[in-house]
Amino acid sequence: MGGDTGTHLDSFRAEGGQMGRPRTTLYVVACALVLVACASDGAEPTGGGGSRNPVSPSTSFPVTVEGSNGSVTIQDRPTRIVSLSPTGTEDLFAIGAGDQVIAVDDRSNFPSDAPVTDLSGFEPNIEAIASYEPDLVVYSTEIGDLGSSLRSVGLTALQLDAPVTLEDAYEQIEQLGIATGHQDEAEVVVAGMRAEVDSIVESVGPAEGLTFYYELDDTFYSVTSDTFIGQLFSLLGLENIADAAGKGSGGYPQLSAEYIVEADPDLIFLADTKCCGQSPRTVANRPGWNTIAAVENGNVVPLDDDVASRWGPRVVDLLRAVADAANAAADEAAA
Amino acid sequence: MSGVVARRRTIVLGVVVLAAAVLAGLLVGPARIAMSDVFGWLVAFGDAPEGVSEQASTILANLRLPRVLVGGLVGASLAASGAAYQAVFRNPLADPYLLGSAAGAGLGATIVVAYGPSGSVELTVPLAAFVGALVGVGLAYGLGRSSLGGRAATSLVLAGVAVASFLTAVQTFLQQQRSETLRQVYTWILGRLGTTGWDDVRLALPSVLLAVATLWAVRRLLDVIEVGDVEAESLGLHVGRLRLVVVAAASLATAAAVAVGGLIGFVGIIVPHTVRLMVGGSYRSVLPLSVLFGASFLILVDLIARTVVSPAEIPIGVITAFVGAPFFVAVLRRRARTT
Repeated sequence: MGGDTGTHLDSFRAEGGQMGRPRTTLYVVACALVLVACASDGAEPTGGGGSRNPVSPSTSFPVTVEGSNGSVTIQDRPTRIVSLSPTGTEDLFAIGAGDQVIAVDDRSNFPSDAPVTDLSGFEPNIEAIASYEPDLVVYSTEIGDLGSSLRSVGLTALQLDAPVTLEDAYEQIEQLGIATGHQDEAEVVVAGMRAEVDSIVESVGPAEGLTFYYELDDTFYSVTSDTFIGQLFSLLGLENIADAAGKGSGGYPQLSAEYIVEADPDLIFLADTKCCGQSPRTVANRPGWNTIAAVENGNVVPLDDDVASRWGPRVVDLLRAVADAANAAADEAAA
Repeated sequence: MSGVVARRRTIVLGVVVLAAAVLAGLLVGPARIAMSDVFGWLVAFGDAPEGVSEQASTILANLRLPRVLVGGLVGASLAASGAAYQAVFRNPLADPYLLGSAAGAGLGATIVVAYGPSGSVELTVPLAAFVGALVGVGLAYGLGRSSLGGRAATSLVLAGVAVASFLTAVQTFLQQQRSETLRQVYTWILGRLGTTGWDDVRLALPSVLLAVATLWAVRRLLDVIEVGDVEAESLGLHVGRLRLVVVAAASLATAAAVAVGGLIGFVGIIVPHTVRLMVGGSYRSVLPLSVLFGASFLILVDLIARTVVSPAEIPIGVITAFVGAPFFVAVLRRRARTT
């Protein structure tokens, strides 16, 4: 059998199941994890531009802004912006820089008049990006050497990575305002968000202390309060059942079904309605889940996956949806 | 003969270990259910047990028990298929995914996740994986028999490699086309006993029973075929037919295992090799013990997966490889020393 062994070893190695495939899949999927769940991962929390940039409110260029990739200097008011980040796209349009945007990535589905192309922020193709001759490229996730690759072909690249706090998210909008010559509008947007967040937080009274389970996908990945999304719920005074699994999970633990049933949350939020086709009905059909208070009382709340995985102006909508559901659940309990 | 006694003794041991693993799987879990409640529930099986909360009995009946059963079915399938493949391909490294079932299942699951109707993935993904696994092996078998010359075992393996690579390439391409589905496909690939319910038991049980019974029935012939095709033929064995039966049965079991459990590596290799180290190479022992220890092993590994970081989980595929890889090296070293 000696002669065969080499072949067999090779064939074993080459065969997809065990050794060859997971390695590539792991790489690819690391990106996917970043994309869906880790939208609010804080691997580089300090990079997000914690320090304010004292640029005068005038729109005189050049300007220097703080991105997650450090200081970026922009020579002239950009008029050919390419956004590879769905959140970046939402921010740009919210601050009135939409007409300076010439192309956005394939996942930038909001607002609807954004110039969607087949550019990808997760499989970025430098040549394709460069062919738009952009004067500013906004991206969120550093896939491979995206930033330095863009710079090496002479492009100006601004990274705005997933933030850790709401303040970081505000800061990104303000930095984009400076970068595009819309500083005043950006400040108005942020002030509006702050006011709305305050009023939503105030509106939540008796719901405080209700427990909830936040579902990222149908294999029960969730978020702890250490994540961007988790902090939003903390703001409202809701209690996260995933916090018990906090340590060592990087903020995104995969929970056991029987733990969720045992924890008996008052509210269930589904951030997997689009990705995984989940709904209050599918949740109620899961074995054993019908005993959960949230299911019994009809407090399973479908969310928009996209809104729930971004950190732009629509964070306010997400917060309001959560607060409304929590208040409704509290009223029900009181009645 | 003392060999028969020894064999009976190890099989009794295997049954005891399996019973212990099942019991441990029911007793321990993220939900804190008192041991006395579990026993009470077991004794009153079928009725509403007295003194056990509705929540506890729901968890035991709808989550823990089906999960233990599926773990056992998957482990038994993979270990038995691995053992049988190692015999008919005379390759100690043959695992149940050798002929492209993993790649086929992955492609099937990906197609449904990426292009299927949203909503009913709980049922359609396992079914697609099941069909995909069988199609993968069918392709490999057809190609290996018809187009490649030479010895049947080798050409089958080579055809399996080609089919697996091709299907994996297609799967990866589809995934990239729909990058939003990456995560779902990925969690599926890592093994997914976390969402197990009775549906999975119902899906897997018939195939597993049929396949394991078939392999069990031919276990004596596996000893003959392992000697060599020519030698086996000279003893009157129809090698090609036996290989087809084994491949069909093992693929059925593997497809069922992949459908309900995702891709769980190493079980099909480490369990049969452990058994061989314990009782020697005869498939009259290796096959039944692989079934018993395979089931026990996966139930216990799943126990680790759901308790170590409780209430979070570790994907089961990670732990089988974590335990399996060092073991695998040890087996290889031992093999190298003895040959």
